[in-house]
Amino acid sequence: MNAEPEPGSPRDDSRRTFLKQSSLLTALALVPGPVVSAAEAKLDERVAESIEQVPLSLKVNGKKLKLSVEPRTTLLDLLRENLHLTGTKKGCDYGQCGACTVHVDGQRVNSCLSFAVMHEGKEITTIEGLADGDELHPMQEAFVKHDGFQCGYCTPGQIMSAVACVREGHAGSAAEIREFMSGNICRCGAYSNIVAAIQEVKKGGQKV
Amino acid sequence: MNQFQYIRPTKQQAAIDAVAKDPNARFIAGGTNLVDLMKRGVMTPQKLVDINRLPLNKIEHQNNGLSIGALALNSAVAEDRQVREKQPLLALALNAGASPQLRNMATVGGNMLQRTRCAYFYDTTMPCNKRQPGTGCGALEGVNRMHAIFGFSDKCIAVHPSDMSVALVALDAVVQVSGPQGNRSIPFADFHRLPGDTPEKDTNLEPGELITGVDVPDGPFTKHVHYQKVRERASYAFALLSVAAALDIDGSNTIKAARLAMGGVAHKPWRLTAAEQALVGKLATEETFRQAAAVAMQGAKAFKHNAYKLKLGPNAIVQALKTAAAA
Ligand SMILES: Cc1cc2nc3c(=O)[nH]c(=O)nc-3n(C[C@H](O)[C@H](O)[C@H](O)COP(=O)(O)OP(=O)(O)OC[C@H]3O[C@@H](n4cnc5c(N)ncnc54)[C@H](O)[C@@H]3O)c2cc1C
Ligand code: SF4
Ligand code: FES
Ligand code: FES
Repeated sequence: MNAEPEPGSPRDDSRRTFLKQSSLLTALALVPGPVVSAAEAKLDERVAESIEQVPLSLKVNGKKLKLSVEPRTTLLDLLRENLHLTGTKKGCDYGQCGACTVHVDGQRVNSCLSFAVMHEGKEITTIEGLADGDELHPMQEAFVKHDGFQCGYCTPGQIMSAVACVREGHAGSAAEIREFMSGNICRCGAYSNIVAAIQEVKKGGQKV
Repeated sequence: MNQFQYIRPTKQQAAIDAVAKDPNARFIAGGTNLVDLMKRGVMTPQKLVDINRLPLNKIEHQNNGLSIGALALNSAVAEDRQVREKQPLLALALNAGASPQLRNMATVGGNMLQRTRCAYFYDTTMPCNKRQPGTGCGALEGVNRMHAIFGFSDKCIAVHPSDMSVALVALDAVVQVSGPQGNRSIPFADFHRLPGDTPEKDTNLEPGELITGVDVPDGPFTKHVHYQKVRERASYAFALLSVAAALDIDGSNTIKAARLAMGGVAHKPWRLTAAEQALVGKLATEETFRQAAAVAMQGAKAFKHNAYKLKLGPNAIVQALKTAAAA
């Protein structure tokens, strides 16, 4: 553990504004770095002293965070309730809909079915982290262009999944896209437009 | 959800000790089944031992077989070049399960140990001998559309939901286990068990035993294979019934070797050895497949809502064998 605060950690002044806005300060117990590192070392081999709070370092949308969470907090609840990144949706909370899809170290997963503490040291990307500043991600643009949504509730999960689907090389045909997008349910039935959006991005050949 | 202690050992022995010493402790791998069941109060461990830091995710080919680590992800196994080459049936079965997101989390060990999807097991207000021994089986006289037609008892008629396991039992896989008593190997067919009087036990794993991997011996089933899954929508649904079929066919269309197993029909993945014997030495024709399917279904018995499986079963077997032969 380095003595300097990591950029983006709660002790880094430049992040203060972000923290205030997100009311992270009230939602999370802030643990000084050295304490976190001592507790982490113990956590790996011995029983956590407390079932209340466990230290957790994550990178979320490029920002390094040092947090303290209850072990029973899911990654989805951490993102939405603690970090106020509400773009990621809770549809079913049981792995059955895909609304909560995020990328962990580049792989798409259902954030509702894992505990946040299991992602120690990992890099999380949510829908908020997909755009490049004000520049929409090509998949976001394609969804807009092709009307890939109606109510929009499933859309963040669809887009995160769609980006992964193309990156994995599973967007070769409409049939393959349908199979590899089957983990994202859309109650509005925007499926054909979603397939069209993904096909356009795939054909465009841009880096996604 | 109940609170629990969380540890993340980096040594295998520490993980095993933690679970062996504490009856309320559980391993957690991908979490896709355990977190679900904990949210519903079906499972209430007091301590979770996160095994993701153990070096158990390798997929290797050596000594005439594949060795797949318990922590290898379902997606990684399904995409692995050696798996697709040597055991394409396993890749097909894996890709038929769950969704891409879930397969990116689910591990091989966790997949084998996923619990039944019986709705009474999931609903803590209902009687269920598997969840709470002695309370009765809600499904026996209840809604049992998804339930077993083979090997059930009057204590439990649930089915095992894993697709991967149907392929692994057909391919004579061997489960590698490490526990307080040391290491042992369990043939896949003996890993899961029938409910009998103790449906609370899904498998023959002892308390504290950790699955470290699964070995799949090489065989001739590299081409004529198929995994036929029948479900209520095209994808992302559990099987009503499934069939894993593998054939070795010679130049004159004669079946030299056959493997056949069914999912969604019993408390364990259901290997159909008698039907396999009925295939060997015969011509790979629809008539042969029909005869083998009839053998496979001998002894099947339905409940009030699942009689459709008695018809669906043989048809799915024939379809799986036809598709495998044509592959
Ligand atoms: C919506 C949905 C749909 C699904 N559809 C399908 C489907 O169609 N087909 C299918 O086959 N599956 C399906 N699944 C189930 C999925 O495949 C399993 O949840 C997954 O494989 C479990 O693996 P895991 O690593 O997440 O296990 P976990 O949830 O981490 O663990 C499951 C159990 O195994 C134990 N365990 C895990 N690893 C080990 C180990 N190495 N040694 C000893 N014990 C261990 C844990 O203690 C726990 O009791 C579906 C799941 C969901 C949520
Ligand atoms: S079938 Fe088995 S799991 Fe379902 S209610 Fe009966 S005892 Fe429980
Ligand atoms: S909220 Fe996670 S899959 Fe539905
Ligand atoms: S746009 Fe409404 S659920 Fe998909």
